[in-house]
Amino acid sequence: MLPEELADLEPFAGKWCLPTEAARYAQRLASTMAEMQAFYDAAFPRVRDAMAHLDQFPLRELPERELNLLHLVYSLVMVSLPVEVWRQPRVIDSGTAYFDRYLEPVP
Amino acid sequence: MAEVAERPASWTGRYPELGTGLVSYEDSISPEFAELEREAIFRRAWLNVGRVEQLPRRGSFFTKELAVARTSVIVTRGLDGQVRAFHNVCRHRGNKLVWDRTPRDETSGFCRQFMCKYHGWRYGLDGQLTFVLQEEEFSDFSKADFPLVAVNCEVWEGFIFVNLAAEPAQSLLEFLGPMVRGLEGYPFHLVTERYAFRADILSNWKIFLDAFQEYYHASILHSQQQVPALRSIETGFKVPHFQVSGPHRLLSTGGWKGVPRHLTPPDLMYPIESATRAGLMGPWERPDIPELDPARLPAGINPGNLDPWSISNFQIFPNFVILVYERGWYLTYHYWPTSCNTHAWEMSFYFPPARSASERIRHEVTAVVSKEAGLQDAGTLDGTQMGLESRVISEYPLSGQEITVRHLHKVVGDWVQSYLRGGQAARA
Repeated sequence: MLPEELADLEPFAGKWCLPTEAARYAQRLASTMAEMQAFYDAAFPRVRDAMAHLDQFPLRELPERELNLLHLVYSLVMVSLPVEVWRQPRVIDSGTAYFDRYLEPVP
Repeated sequence: MAEVAERPASWTGRYPELGTGLVSYEDSISPEFAELEREAIFRRAWLNVGRVEQLPRRGSFFTKELAVARTSVIVTRGLDGQVRAFHNVCRHRGNKLVWDRTPRDETSGFCRQFMCKYHGWRYGLDGQLTFVLQEEEFSDFSKADFPLVAVNCEVWEGFIFVNLAAEPAQSLLEFLGPMVRGLEGYPFHLVTERYAFRADILSNWKIFLDAFQEYYHASILHSQQQVPALRSIETGFKVPHFQVSGPHRLLSTGGWKGVPRHLTPPDLMYPIESATRAGLMGPWERPDIPELDPARLPAGINPGNLDPWSISNFQIFPNFVILVYERGWYLTYHYWPTSCNTHAWEMSFYFPPARSASERIRHEVTAVVSKEAGLQDAGTLDGTQMGLESRVISEYPLSGQEITVRHLHKVVGDWVQSYLRGGQAARA
């Protein structure tokens, strides 16, 4: 699913290449910390490489594998605060709050 | 910043009319008061319902549900290019004219005319009734007598406002006044990449407004925004500039302890921030758009001349907030009452359109991190509402930097009192 240069992240592509924030947030809440930690540990060291690779293509004409990679980076962003800060899937002290992102740029 | 030290505790001293006494939040737990707010505030004040980018061409339209005023409006760009607003009610039998999925859901799109789903009456984009099925069956009838009911509508800096009064007491520009008009000239038209969120919140609308109009809470509720070494649970945070103008308020900040987030050393920020070079306050690099250079921004954006300057938070009465960030983006909040103790809340982030994947990723980081902070603010709201509704306590103290909270509740009370006295809107 991913470009050859980032093929090492392939094991996470099936679960985390998600095109919308709503899907990524739902996946985060449905995941264990161990799952998110494993994804983070693999993807975080590669994020600058991924950004440099993606910047070789026009944003609005990304080939399919690059588009998947972009969505995977978005998911890394989504799991980063649970891993780095909260140590749990939900934001600490967020009670029952939810914000639905209903509009976002594509891709 | 030096000015702050000269007036340490008492911002309230600068606005003696706001007082320093205990404050009642009865205005946020009384259903009777909420009923008064409908007429006294939401049917009299100018309300922001969207931006011109939502009406990209002639024939574009969107609907906006204004439950607090028990109406829905259609906002549209006519064939002449002008933005107009109408009550979303068919003149024939009162059916909601424009809707898509269900009558209660907002919709948007593009059309040449509006046709009622019930009996097919049609209206032009200028609101004129243009077609009545079997018109000859109506007695003494002229289509010219049955246009859509117009709503006062004005556009300011690309923001579309409506006013539901038959004759607004003030023009939009008079209502906004000099402090809010300090935003004029900000390149809103260049900052159009939008991320929009909504939530149904279990509190009075003013309780959430209060949560985002003071920063006294920041070091506690959002302690985790800082890495452990930078947390200041004992010393707190004080916003360095604020001002009040008419019913509106403004706060500006210069960063945590005066250090802008993007200048914090890498070991004192979270890894995702330094790896992507973006975070809570925006992307580290400002886009190279000359109009977004702080040196070229209108003086009214940072009227306290803070240096460093990070955010200016414009609290526009009654329910509209614009935060302008030094890093070249802005966000808005809207708080739409749905009952005394619930409201529909909206948040939108606006960035200059990303020109590369890495710019888009930096916007995503900011949009995600900012949302997480907001979730903490929202998380406390039903707890506050429950505490107030217990009526165990009738009056509460406010610190100097919470003067914004004091001001909002006073202005709301003034507008309601003014309405009860003479039915006239309070002047801004």
